[in-house]
Amino acid sequence: MERIPILQMGEFLLVTIQVDMHDRLAMTLQDDLTNRISQTNANGVLIDISALEIVDSFIGRILGNIAKMSRVMDAETVVVGMQPAVAITLVELGLSLTGIRTALNVEKGMALLRASISESAQAQAIATEWDLEDDAED
Amino acid sequence: MDVTRSSKIPEILKTHEAELLSEWNQELSATNTRKGLIKEAELKEECREFLKLLRIAAQSGNLSNIQAVEWREVREMLTSISRSRSHKGFTPTETATFIFSFKRPLFDRLRQQLHDPAELGDEIWQATDLLDRLGLMVVEAYQKSREEVILRQQEEMMELSTPVVKLWEGILALPIIGTLDSARTQVVMESLLQKIVETGSEVAIIDITGVPTVDTLTAQHLLKTVTAARLMGADCIISGIRPQIAQTIVYLGIDLTDVTTKATLADAFLMALKRMGTTIARK
Repeated sequence: MERIPILQMGEFLLVTIQVDMHDRLAMTLQDDLTNRISQTNANGVLIDISALEIVDSFIGRILGNIAKMSRVMDAETVVVGMQPAVAITLVELGLSLTGIRTALNVEKGMALLRASISESAQAQAIATEWDLEDDAED
Repeated sequence: MDVTRSSKIPEILKTHEAELLSEWNQELSATNTRKGLIKEAELKEECREFLKLLRIAAQSGNLSNIQAVEWREVREMLTSISRSRSHKGFTPTETATFIFSFKRPLFDRLRQQLHDPAELGDEIWQATDLLDRLGLMVVEAYQKSREEVILRQQEEMMELSTPVVKLWEGILALPIIGTLDSARTQVVMESLLQKIVETGSEVAIIDITGVPTVDTLTAQHLLKTVTAARLMGADCIISGIRPQIAQTIVYLGIDLTDVTTKATLADAFLMALKRMGTTIARK
């Protein structure tokens, strides 16, 4: 069966969509990706759709859903390389994918992921520090 | 009109082609007031060519319907003539006179050849009908070529009016001047998004200082552009919202809370630089 490969790069997962998506393929990707995130404990997911030239409302929605699902599973998601025609189509379809991070290319997407993960790590560190201080005060 | 008797026009065109041509040329040079625009030899060549095609087409016996296949070559030739005339700067009257001036030589010939008044009347009617149709076709083709010019200019103006400017490495600006309608917004949107991909820019500034009015539709178009750019991974800043436009936007209830807005292009540029991690300092 046709599948979209999911590559692991350190703590990130890289999904490169190189073929035109059809509905079945999108659903398979959704299953595969969520499974892989739970298996690998990935911190970030990067979905490259620069080769995707045609989207319909279903694929648009699935893309949005995939991104939301991975975020729920504690993996920051960035969608990169959307073509102008695809962007226009999604906007016209009313799918503005609010709350999903985007970047122009894989490189910038990676930088964004690293930045946001180090940010959340810092926030966590500060939170832990405060907890420790609280404990010390007690 | 007597349809059983076949017209004498094809025959006359065939046997008297040379005389018709010379008379027509005389007629044309008498009425031609714009000798500088077209060469005498060129005009003669056009006449000869037209007469030849007319003779061939008339031989088919069909003199009433110039849309038929037999007249295709005549139509093509006349279309190309009127196109070149319109480019050379002839007026529609002058262009149509090319055909109408052929009437006198042809009628003279008919009068000489035919002696029965009823037949002569019929033939003249047929001839004038045919030449009128051809003349009208010439005018129509002339007008069409003019309309093509207008259409092309409109398109060019549309392209010219939406330049996407690169302000800095990674910063684009799009100064919009004039009213934004749907067709124009489409062009604006496409050229901006295309440029974002080409230059890999992270920030795009849309400056609407030159937009006189904003209605709900325009605002919606702007929001769509901003959203599409965001989907591609670029941030949009809208700058240059004038007081009246700010009032209109609020009164219309348009929600611009998700969009970054700045008063002037300079402010927007400064913000974009900051976002890129660059600062400008005086030496």
